Amino acid sequence: MELWYSLISLLPLDWARADGMTFMKNALLAILVVSPLFGLLSTMVVTNRMSFFSDALGHSAFTGIAIGVLCGLAEPLWCAVVFAVALALLFTLVRRHTKLASDTVIGVFSSTAVALGIFIATLGGGSFTRFNAYLIGDILSVEPVKIALLAVILVLVLILWLVSFNQLMLASVHPALADSRGIRVVWQEALFSSAVAVVVTLSMTWVGLLVINSFLVLPGAAARNVARNMRQYHLLCVVFALAAGLAGLQLSYVLGSSTGACITLCLAVLFAASLLLGRLRR
Amino acid sequence: MSPHPTLHGGSGCHDACCLQVRGLTVTAEDADLLKDVDLHIHCGQIVAVIGPNGAGKSTLFRAILGQLPYSGEIRFERAGGRRTRPLVGYVPQSPAFDSGDPVSVLDLFASAIGRWPVFLPIPSSLRQRVSACLDRVHAGELIDKRVGALSGGELQRVLLAMALEPLPHILILDEPMSGVDIEGEHQLMDMLHEIRSTYDLSILLSTHDFATLEQYADKVVLLRQSVLKVGTPREVLASPEFQSVFHLTFGKGAE
Repeated sequence: MELWYSLISLLPLDWARADGMTFMKNALLAILVVSPLFGLLSTMVVTNRMSFFSDALGHSAFTGIAIGVLCGLAEPLWCAVVFAVALALLFTLVRRHTKLASDTVIGVFSSTAVALGIFIATLGGGSFTRFNAYLIGDILSVEPVKIALLAVILVLVLILWLVSFNQLMLASVHPALADSRGIRVVWQEALFSSAVAVVVTLSMTWVGLLVINSFLVLPGAAARNVARNMRQYHLLCVVFALAAGLAGLQLSYVLGSSTGACITLCLAVLFAASLLLGRLRR
Repeated sequence: MSPHPTLHGGSGCHDACCLQVRGLTVTAEDADLLKDVDLHIHCGQIVAVIGPNGAGKSTLFRAILGQLPYSGEIRFERAGGRRTRPLVGYVPQSPAFDSGDPVSVLDLFASAIGRWPVFLPIPSSLRQRVSACLDRVHAGELIDKRVGALSGGELQRVLLAMALEPLPHILILDEPMSGVDIEGEHQLMDMLHEIRSTYDLSILLSTHDFATLEQYADKVVLLRQSVLKVGTPREVLASPEFQSVFHLTFGKGAE
C-alpha cells in the first residue's frame, strides 16, 4: 500500500498529497480494481438477461448481513458473502430445472430474501436505521484487505473469461446451437454468478445496496448501444466503467455526496450519450 | 471426394456409408414421443421428414444428435462396413437473435469452432478460417455483420456454414424453410444440392412445405410417432397415409 500512496501523491489533486486523505487513496485503488471487474461481468449480465438477477443478489447480501448481525458476528460481511454465493448457486440450479420464466423465479427469491432480511433486522423491535449505511454506502469503509480480495477475484474472472467465454456467450445468444455443439455451461454459469455475488457483496458497503446493480447493468447497456462485436463491447464496457468510476469518485469528493450515487449518475450520462450516438449512426 | 457407386437407392449399401436407425423409441413422461422408428439413409441423399406438429421430428433429430436418452439403435456405417459414431452438423430451428446483441458473425462462428476467446483481438489465421467456411455457402461478405442484423436467409446460410465445420457425415436441418422467403428458399435448395454433390454427405431435414418436396428430396419420410410411409416425394404425397394424417379429403368437397 505504501508504494500506492507514494505513487498517488504525484497526482495534482488536493486529497492525493502525501499528507492527504488515505480513504480517498484507498477508494481510488478500489475503483481501479473494481471498474474493470464490473465492466467484464456487465458484458455477460446484460447479454444473459440477468440484470434482475444481480439486483436480487444485492438484496440477498443485505439479508446475509442481517443474519450475520443476528448471530453476533464481528464482521457480518463474510456471512453476507456466503449467503449471496449460496443464493446465486440456488438461482442457477432452479433456473435450469423449472418451467417458470426466470424473471418469475428471481422475483420469488428476491422478495423472500428481502423479507427475511427485514424480518431478522427488526426482530424483537430492533431498529432498522443501523442498516442504513448499507443502503447508501460509505466510501470510508473501503479497506485494503477487501481491495486485495477484489483484485484476486478480478484475476479469477479473467481466467474464467479466457477459458469459458466462448461457451458462455454461445449458450447465452443461441442455446439450441450451443446444445447441438455439446456445450454444457452449468459449471461456468455457477462460477460466473458466484463471482457476481462476491463482487456485489464486497462492494456493497461502500457503493450502497440501492445503486450497486447499476454498476452491473449500465456499462453493458451503454456499450450495446454502439458496439458491433464482442471486442468493441468488452473494451467499451471496461472503459465506460473506469471513466464513470473515476469521474464519480472526484465528483463525490468535490460535492460531498455518496460515491456510489455519483458513479451511477455518470454511467447514466454515458448511457444517454451512447444511445444518442447509436441512433445517429444508424 | 467422388460420389459412391450406389449413391441413390439400390439394395446393397456395402460400398456406401449410411445412417441406420433401428427400433428407435423415445419416451418422456409415460408418453411415446417416438416408437419403433426405422430409418436408412445413404450418403449423398437428401431426405425430408414430414409430419404434423408434435409428430416427433425434432425429437428424432435430437436423438440422432445424442441429446436425448433413447432405446433402439442409431449407427453410422462408413464405406467398407466400419462403424463409427457419426459426426452430425445441425442447423437449429427458427433461430432468433436479440437484434441488439453486439455479436458479429465472426464472433458467433469463432466461438463455436475454436477455443480462442472472442473478446480478444482475433488472429488473422482464425479470421481466414471463418472466412473460408462462410465462402462455402457464399456468405463471405457477412463476416463483420451483427447477427441481429442478418435477414432470415442470411442467418440460415451462416448457421449452415457453422454446421459444415467441421465437415459432418450427416447434416440435419430443423425446419430450414421457416422464416425464409421464396427467394431464400430457392437459394437454400440450390445450396443443399451443391453441398450434397461437393461433400457427399447425407442431408436430413424437416419441412411443412410439401409443394417443393419433389424439387429437392430424394426420399420423404412421413412421421407421426412412428414411420408411416417412406418413399419418393410422389409416392408419399399420393399415399392414403399422407391424406389421413393431414385430413385431406380430396374429391368430397368438390361434389
